[in-house]
Amino acid sequence: MNYEPVIGLEVHAQLLTDSKIFCGCSTRFGAEPNANTCPVCIGLPGVLPVLNRKVVEFALRAGLATHCEITRASRLARKNYFYPDLPKGYQISQYELPICEHGYIDIEVSGATKRVRLTRIHMEEDAGKNIHDQHGDSSLVDLNRAGVPLLEIVSEPDLRSADEAVSYLKTLRAIVQFLGVCDGNMEEGSFRCDANVSVRPAGSDRLGTKIEIKNLNSFKAIEKAIAFEIERQSDVLSGGGQLVQETRLWDEHREETRSMRSKESAHDYRYFPDPDLLPLVINADWIAEVRAGLPELPAARKARFMQGYQLPAYEAELLTSRKDIADYFEEAVTAHANAKAVANWIVGDLFRVLKEQKLDEEFYIDRWPVAAERLGELVRLIDQGKISGKIAKTVFAEMLSSGKSPQQIVSDKGLEQVSDRSSIEIEIDRVLAANGKQVEQYKSGNDKIFGYLVGQVMKATGGKANPQTVNNLLRAKLQ
Amino acid sequence: MTLAALTLHAASDTLRRRECSSVELTEAVLARIAASDENIRAYLTVDRQGARDQARQADKLLSENKSDSPLLGVPLALKDNFLTRGLKTTCASKILGDFVPPYDATTVAKLRNAGAVIVGKTNLDEFAMGSSAENSAFHPTRNPWDGARVPGGSSGGSAAAVAADECIAALGTDTGGSIRQPAACCGIVGLKPSYGRVSRYGIIAFASSMDQVGPMTKDVRDSALLLEAIAGHDPADATSVQRPVPKYSEALTGGVKGLRLGVPREYFVAGMAPEVEQAVRRAIAELEKQGARIEDISLPHTSYAVAVYYIIATAEASSNLARYDGMRYGHRAEAADLNDTYMLSREEGFGAEVKRRIMLGTYALSAGYYEAYYLKAQRVRALIKRDFDQAFASCDAIVTPTMPTTAFKIGEKTQDPLQMYLSDIYTISVNLAGLPAISLPCGFDKAGLPIGLQIIGKPFDEATILRVAYAYEQATECHTMKPEDRG
Ligand SMILES: [Zn+2]
Repeated sequence: MNYEPVIGLEVHAQLLTDSKIFCGCSTRFGAEPNANTCPVCIGLPGVLPVLNRKVVEFALRAGLATHCEITRASRLARKNYFYPDLPKGYQISQYELPICEHGYIDIEVSGATKRVRLTRIHMEEDAGKNIHDQHGDSSLVDLNRAGVPLLEIVSEPDLRSADEAVSYLKTLRAIVQFLGVCDGNMEEGSFRCDANVSVRPAGSDRLGTKIEIKNLNSFKAIEKAIAFEIERQSDVLSGGGQLVQETRLWDEHREETRSMRSKESAHDYRYFPDPDLLPLVINADWIAEVRAGLPELPAARKARFMQGYQLPAYEAELLTSRKDIADYFEEAVTAHANAKAVANWIVGDLFRVLKEQKLDEEFYIDRWPVAAERLGELVRLIDQGKISGKIAKTVFAEMLSSGKSPQQIVSDKGLEQVSDRSSIEIEIDRVLAANGKQVEQYKSGNDKIFGYLVGQVMKATGGKANPQTVNNLLRAKLQ
Repeated sequence: MTLAALTLHAASDTLRRRECSSVELTEAVLARIAASDENIRAYLTVDRQGARDQARQADKLLSENKSDSPLLGVPLALKDNFLTRGLKTTCASKILGDFVPPYDATTVAKLRNAGAVIVGKTNLDEFAMGSSAENSAFHPTRNPWDGARVPGGSSGGSAAAVAADECIAALGTDTGGSIRQPAACCGIVGLKPSYGRVSRYGIIAFASSMDQVGPMTKDVRDSALLLEAIAGHDPADATSVQRPVPKYSEALTGGVKGLRLGVPREYFVAGMAPEVEQAVRRAIAELEKQGARIEDISLPHTSYAVAVYYIIATAEASSNLARYDGMRYGHRAEAADLNDTYMLSREEGFGAEVKRRIMLGTYALSAGYYEAYYLKAQRVRALIKRDFDQAFASCDAIVTPTMPTTAFKIGEKTQDPLQMYLSDIYTISVNLAGLPAISLPCGFDKAGLPIGLQIIGKPFDEATILRVAYAYEQATECHTMKPEDRG
């Protein structure tokens, strides 16, 4: 039998606020353990939470950008459970009445647009972190992350393949990055995902047994884990077996999912409205204000890149898959207005290097040695005829390793293109003199020899001769 | 009369007139504690050194005439669920037995800024759960009027300390009557402000949607002064309101002439002690004599209040008390693994009443029961609130007994929690509705035990109930009686 996967994703996006969700502590990553804490976020007796207005604003931004309805009077709720990294014994989250509901985002799947519905977006606080196995038999707790604000973005089970899931996540990540609400960094855990996967006989409209996969911290892991799970579940069912609803962990090394203790999935969280926080009332003015302040989103930017810069859809899509890349492109174009060529360099050479160095996911444009302006300069040197496209590749490689400006590299290494007729003529004469036999062959009608002779002249000039000039002069000489 | 017997306003005047120093006043209070607290056991911690230091500082400020705070140099006591920086705060629980907080509650910071001298921390029912001050993990407190009886709870330590002149005034917290009920038992004045009027930041939470801090004092003027000092918006408490704080102490006079006072028929029912009813009726008659118009009113959902209260309060408490897990502070049991550490720490750290309420609350919130209990209780709570809204359309304040009986004997009700829960029957609705209410003495029973009169106000209208209470107090002698004067 053929099985159809049904996938829904729960994404946790860490918000780029300076302070935590219920206190004034810093959210900076990488501080000394427990340095970013105060009585409130470590849950001392007597403390009370006060909601950070910026968190609400960010949630509104995310909700409006994904076509959600905004809940005018939402509530914060307590999710009760015991864990050493959960200082209050409950997590403040939203349950009934989340701040945003019923949205959608459009994703590109093999050339077509697909609409993925969002069930809800809600605000919550992160927990701390347990550090095991460093002090013999004891564990340490770091509460720096406790109280860091998160958005949980929950999709409907609208996805039908691992590819669609990845495409959805990339689109969602681009949206939160463009909105400036989350840096999308999966490596540091500021954009993380749990997947709910089930399979059902193709054509059926009933939902199969839902398996939740946790611990997915890269697009590759997500893709592989979902693919693994689809196959595993299909195998179990086609073998006549039964699936039980459970939570499974993705094991990066063995490339398989494995069951977590079932005990952990049998929680009764005893949600109830947090009595320390009044209902969150959002008036129309605030919504209008946030809506007016929304930045340009990936879809709009893609359209503008196609219209304004005359880029093909494919390039425009790639350039707007990340905000930092899109910004980089526009900065380079500001330095030198040849959008098509700049786009080619980014989509071609920059992406190739990322792939070669396996930087696809952990890449930050601000760590990239070629500043946007420099890339613009490089294209300008080509357009001005100062270097050939071929030399430009050499210069680009040098820019990557040294971080120097293209002009600097060209002068240091004497890579300027030679367009000066007389010096090229001298080289041509030398080549013709040294290749008498080939000249004969050409003259007797073997046209292919012309290319060989051009190559010889280019070689003699160290690749610096302007190929067009060489062509013209050589044809004239051989006439 | 000793200095320790002074009211807050009299003590303040005495200090201003330089008739005594804060150090002398504080020493008088400390001496009083030394003499009588061995019997009464109102205190869990007496901070003699700290109090003396604060008194010396206050004397310096008094001599410089720089502060006009009426609290400057006055020795006060705090219920031991107020966090006090550097001073042990136990909530009368073993689980916090050695907890020394790193910060002050907002109300404590306000008292310190006003120059008050904090003499110590008073006993309470563990985590403020109880109506007798017997449920303390350390020792029960005795009623100064009769050592065989309870002082009422949960702020029983503060009430007993005020009644026995072991402080000039005190602060307590009131979740279902925990200020008013012991005030009635001990013959003092206890004021529960409107929910949101006083910051809860730094108060060890019992039931967040009902807890409120309030003054426990020797007379009504003192309550007004103390409330003025602690009221107001606190940015650290999201439920505290942004409303101006009236000068309560200047709004006491004016009498009750023309005021409409409601008397709810549901509050005078079988089960209340006849002497309590008589005393409260006499008090109502006195107010009428002074020109108040007495209205017969109905609060039809009164009979549900106790049930609703015990669902909501225990639900919130079960969650609020989850943080006491032995991990970061307080009592930690030695156990084999994490789960056992949690369970054993809580098993050893919490007393029976606290466990009972955690279990009740956990049950009320659990899947499958949430709608039947918690949600339904919230809906009935809204009806109780609406009863009051409707009543206040026809009256300016409501007059009731504070308690159905006078103070009961130590141990009399500890074996029957349901009987104990009924002692708060007249006070609980007020917390469910978030209203202000004051209890003041209005007489004594045949055994010479104080009887309390409760006056309930409109939301944030503390000024009116203080005015009614002051008018009554001025016309009677009850508040001047001391436990020693009995018989
Ligand atoms: Zn903090």
